[in-house]
Amino acid sequence: MNLAGLWHYWVVIALMMIGMYTMIARENLVKKIMGLNLFQVSVILFYVSLGKVAGGTAPILIEGAPATVYSNPLPHVLMLTAIVVGVAVTAVGLALVVRIQGAYGTSEDAELSEIDRADEAGAALARGEGQG
Amino acid sequence: MIEHLPVLQIVIPLLGAPVCLLLRARGAVLVFATAVAWCTFAIALASIGIVLEQGEVVYALGGWVAPLGIEYRIDLLNAFVITVVSGVGAIVLPIGPGIHGHTVSASREYLYYAAFLLCMAGLLGVAITGDIFNVFVFLEISSLAAYTLVALGNQRRALRAAFSYLVMGTIGGTFVLIGIGFLYQMTGTLNMADLARLLPAVLDNRAVHAAFAFLLVGVGIKLAVFPLHQWLPNAYTYAPPAVSAFLAATATKVAYYLLLRLVFTIFGIGFVFGALGIAPLLQVISLAAMFIGALAAINQTDLKRLLAYSSVSQIGYMTLGLSFGSVAGLTGGLVHVANHALMKGGMFLAVACIVARTGTSAIADLRGLGRRMPATMAAFALGGLGLIGVPLTVGFISKWYLVLAAIEAGQMLLAFAILVSSLLAAVYVWRVVEVAWFQEPLQSAPHGEAPLRLLIPTWVLIGASLYFGVATDLTAGIAAQAAEQLLEVAR
Amino acid sequence: MSDPGSHMRMHEKLVLRIVAKRFIPFVLLFALYVQFHGDFGPGGGFQAGVIFAAGLILYGMIFGLGALHRVVPPRALEVAVAIGVLLYAGVGVATMMLGGNYLDYGVLDSHAPAHGQHLGILLVEGGVGITVAAVMLTIYSSFGGRERE
Repeated sequence: MNLAGLWHYWVVIALMMIGMYTMIARENLVKKIMGLNLFQVSVILFYVSLGKVAGGTAPILIEGAPATVYSNPLPHVLMLTAIVVGVAVTAVGLALVVRIQGAYGTSEDAELSEIDRADEAGAALARGEGQG
Repeated sequence: MIEHLPVLQIVIPLLGAPVCLLLRARGAVLVFATAVAWCTFAIALASIGIVLEQGEVVYALGGWVAPLGIEYRIDLLNAFVITVVSGVGAIVLPIGPGIHGHTVSASREYLYYAAFLLCMAGLLGVAITGDIFNVFVFLEISSLAAYTLVALGNQRRALRAAFSYLVMGTIGGTFVLIGIGFLYQMTGTLNMADLARLLPAVLDNRAVHAAFAFLLVGVGIKLAVFPLHQWLPNAYTYAPPAVSAFLAATATKVAYYLLLRLVFTIFGIGFVFGALGIAPLLQVISLAAMFIGALAAINQTDLKRLLAYSSVSQIGYMTLGLSFGSVAGLTGGLVHVANHALMKGGMFLAVACIVARTGTSAIADLRGLGRRMPATMAAFALGGLGLIGVPLTVGFISKWYLVLAAIEAGQMLLAFAILVSSLLAAVYVWRVVEVAWFQEPLQSAPHGEAPLRLLIPTWVLIGASLYFGVATDLTAGIAAQAAEQLLEVAR
Repeated sequence: MSDPGSHMRMHEKLVLRIVAKRFIPFVLLFALYVQFHGDFGPGGGFQAGVIFAAGLILYGMIFGLGALHRVVPPRALEVAVAIGVLLYAGVGVATMMLGGNYLDYGVLDSHAPAHGQHLGILLVEGGVGITVAAVMLTIYSSFGGRERE
C-alpha cells in the first residue's frame, strides 16, 4: 500500500483525532466545542481532497476557452452546506455554554457535575425531611 | 396540486417556522403553528393513501431528474414513518411550552413553535428524501432544533443535557457525513437508488466497509442504540415534557428508518448479513439494550428518567426486529415504531399532566395520585400495559411479530428473552402503579385533573394505542407490506 | 465586548474610527459585488451575506452595539431572517404555481427558460444572502449584548 501517496488522509485523520481527543479530555466546555470544530473541519478537508483531480483547475466555464481538466466541484458545494451546519452547531453550542455559565457560574465539566450531585443530594435530603 | 404533495410535506412546516417569527403574537402563532402541523399530517395521510394505491411516488426537485438532481421518493416505508412523525407532531405541538413551569417567557413563545416546526420538517425530510447528502442536512436541521427544545427545560440541568446531546449528536452527524463521503468516493453518486445500483460492484472494497461502519455508528448515536445511548436519559428527563413526548416518539424512530434504508436499500441484506455477518452483533446489542435499559428503568426515582430508560429498552426491540432480516422481524420492528411512538408519547404527556399539577415528576411524590387524577393515571397505566405487551394493546402486536420472527429463525432463546424483558417492563410499570393507587395521597397532592389542553392530547395518543391494538390491519398491515417491499428490494 | 467601557475606548481611538468609517462602505459594496457576480463567477448569497454581516459587525465592534442597533434594530434582523427564507421558498412555490416542479426556475419565464433560470437563481441567492447576513448579525448581537454574569 502506498501510504505516503495518501498523505492527505493522514492529515485528515490526525486532525480528526486531535478533535476527538479535545472533546473527550478537555474539561472546559468551550474547549470541547473547539474540539468539535476541529473534528468537523477534518471531514471538510476530507471531502475537499475527494474533489481534487490531478492537474485540474477551478471549474469555471469560460466561453471560447479550450477544454481543460476541472476539479470536481460537487464535494466543495456539499461542504458549503456542511460548513453552515458547523457554524450553526457552534453557535448553538456556545449559546448553551453561555447559559450554563450563567446558571452554574462555571463552565468546567467536573465542577458542573459536582454542583449537580450536590443539588441531587440536597433535593433528596429535602424530600426525606418533608416525609419525616 | 396532488403531484406536489411530497415537497409540500417538507415545505409547509419549513415555511411555517419563519412565518412564526413574523407573527410573534402568542395566540396567532399557536393557531398558525397548529394549522401547519395538522396540514402536514393531512398531507402525510394523503400520501400514504396514494402510495397504497399507486405504489412508489417520485418527485424531482427543480425538475432535475435523479441522479443529477435531488429527488423525494416515497414508498410505503417512508409514508409509514412520515405519518407517525407528523401525526405525533400535530397532536403534541398545540400543547406549547407554557403549561408546565418552563423558562420560556410568554413574549418569546413563538420561538418554541418555530423550533418545533423546524424539528418536524427536519425529521420528515430525513424520511422523505432519496438523496443521501440531503439526509445529512435534514438530520442536522432536526437535531439542532431538538437541542434548542431540550435546553428549554425548567431546570438548569436541561442546559447540560442539551449540551451533551449536542456534542454526541454532532459526532453522530459527522460520522454519517464521513460515511457518505466514502460512498461518494466509491460510486460518484449521492442518490440512494443509484447507490443501490452501483454499490454491488465495489462491495469488496475496504472503503465501502469503512463507509458502512461510520454510517452504522453515526446513525446508532442518533438512534440511541445501546451503548451509544448515553445522551438520551438526560435529554428526555430534563426537556420540557411535551418535547420529551415528541422526541421520544419521533427522533429515534426516524433514525431507525434511516438504519433500515441503509441496511436493506443501500447496502443490501447480502452484504450486511451475509458478507459482514453483523446479525449476531446486532442481536447482542439489542438484548443488552432491552435488559440493561429495563433494569436501569426499574432503579429510577424520577418518572421521566424511568420512561427514558424504558425507551432505550424499547429501541432494543426495534433493532432486534431488524437483525432477523425476515418479513416477520421487520414487521415487528416497524410496527413497534408506530406503537412505541403512541405509547411513549402518551406516557410522557401523562407525566406532563402530573408535572403541570404537582410541579414534580419524582415517583415518590406520586402517592395516591391515582385517586386525585384518575384520568391521567389511567392513561399512564394503559400506556404501561402496552409497554409490557399485554394482549389487546399495541405492545402485544409488536412483540407477537418479534417472537414469531425469533421462532421462525429457530432462535428460541431470543423468543424467551423477549418474554423475560417484558416481565422487567411489568416491574417498572407496576412500581408506578403501586405508588399511585395503593398508597395514601400526600397532604399536598392536588385535587382535580390536569388542564384539558394537556389531557386531550394524552388520551388521543393512548386511545390510538388502544385502538390500533385491536384494529391491527392498519398499522401492522402497512408495516408488513412495507417490510415485504424492503426485503424485495434487498434481494 | 459587552463592557460599555471598552466600547468607549475603541470609539475614542481616532485611527480605528477613521479607518473603519472609510473601510465599511467598501466591505458592503464588495458584498454586493459577490452577491450579484455569483451568476458568472465564484460568489453567491452565502458568501455575500457573510461579508455584508462582517462589515456591519466591524461597525458594531468599533462604535458599540447600541450604534449597530440604531442601524439595524434587533426586531428588523428577526424579520430579515424570516423574509430571506420566505423569499427562497416563495420562489419554489411560485414555480409550482406556474406548473413546474418545486424550484424549477425554467418556468419563471414562459418564453425563454434560460431567463427563468437566471431570474430564479437571482431571487433565491438574494434570499440566502438576506438570511445569512441577518443570522450572522443576530448571533453577534445576542452574544455581544449579554451582560457579564
